[in-house]
Amino acid sequence: MNLTFSMIAQALVFLAFIAFTIKFVWPPMLRAIETRQKTIADGLAAADQGRKSLEVSAKQADEEINAARARAAEILGQAEKRAAQMIEAAKEAAREESGREKAAAKAEIEQDVSRARETLREQVASLAVAGAEKILRREVNAQSHVELLSQLKKEL
Amino acid sequence: MAAAKELNPTEYIGHHLTHGTWQFGDSPFWSINFDSVAVAVLLGVLGIGFIWWIVRGATSGVPSKRQAFVELLFTFVDDQAKSIFKHGDRSAFIAPAALTVFVWVLLMNSMDFLPVDIVAKATHGISEHGFRIVPTADVNTTFALALTVFALMIYFSIKVKGLGGWMHELFATPFGKVFFPLNLLFNAIEYLSKPLSHSLRLYGNMYAGELIFLLLWTWAATGAVGIFFSFFLGLSWAIFHILIVALQAYIFMMLTIVYLTMAHEHH
Repeated sequence: MNLTFSMIAQALVFLAFIAFTIKFVWPPMLRAIETRQKTIADGLAAADQGRKSLEVSAKQADEEINAARARAAEILGQAEKRAAQMIEAAKEAAREESGREKAAAKAEIEQDVSRARETLREQVASLAVAGAEKILRREVNAQSHVELLSQLKKEL
Repeated sequence: MAAAKELNPTEYIGHHLTHGTWQFGDSPFWSINFDSVAVAVLLGVLGIGFIWWIVRGATSGVPSKRQAFVELLFTFVDDQAKSIFKHGDRSAFIAPAALTVFVWVLLMNSMDFLPVDIVAKATHGISEHGFRIVPTADVNTTFALALTVFALMIYFSIKVKGLGGWMHELFATPFGKVFFPLNLLFNAIEYLSKPLSHSLRLYGNMYAGELIFLLLWTWAATGAVGIFFSFFLGLSWAIFHILIVALQAYIFMMLTIVYLTMAHEHH
């Protein structure tokens, strides 16, 4: 194991290899790896961005749905109120109509009754007059007692 | 190897631990272990070339399986660099250097798994007297790596702190200016111990691994019993060695990152 010029030759070869690696081997590999790292980082960032915007639009959609739901509920409420009002109005109208008809019927019945009573009275009066005429035929002059008789008729 | 039958164990091991060398000067220093250098260059070109080939067609979209494998390796090294180096752009030097070291050392260590005698036979035409296939079991390779890191340490120390700042650190830390000889001694020991431990740890591990295989194969040469035992022992050693190979490559890379990071730190 003696040290010879061989050592110097090897050292020169070593330096040449190092120089070659520095110049031709290292940079393209580094570039390729760094470019890929950047691509991956960009992709991850884009994915993150996408996820975020998805969240935002999901939230937006939720809000829209909620708003629509609220509006639908409001419209439904209004419609129900309206229906209730209409039913109430219809009931009111029906009640009024029935009251009116009842009143008309009552009036008619009363009319009938009073007419019947009038008729009855006239008949009773004429019956009474007839009876009194028969009793008083002889002593009573119909003409002279007309006033009396009509007064009596009124009293009945 | 036909000649191996006539070799005694010492000669067999010695034969396998002989480098194929090419002498081109008068002093023994002027020689090159062409086996280590050739295998190292080949593995570096294959390993780093493979990564380059994948990276050139890399897409930032869905990666192919090959690209995913390279990216796994890339992020593994980059994570280590990121966790230790916090003094600027790690992509400028430290992380790519760590990737180079890791891939290269891992491949060179892995050569230990190849059967030595088959490799010796295959390379007989290239070098009759020895061809060692594991470059990191050659102290020249590990020293080359460690000393390069050492030189880079000094380079970055001066670059980050300035020559004056570095000198101040050498002479005035940790005990203050008054004790500058002691400080220098301390720092010199610290500086020298780094490349030594860095290189010798890897070298020792890989050399020992190689030697244990060789010892097992000399046992295998003694007959049926030897073949039987050396098969199972060799198998278990090879499996255990997978851990060592990867671990040593990892340690070497981590130490490279740590040393270069320390050069960036102000004391």
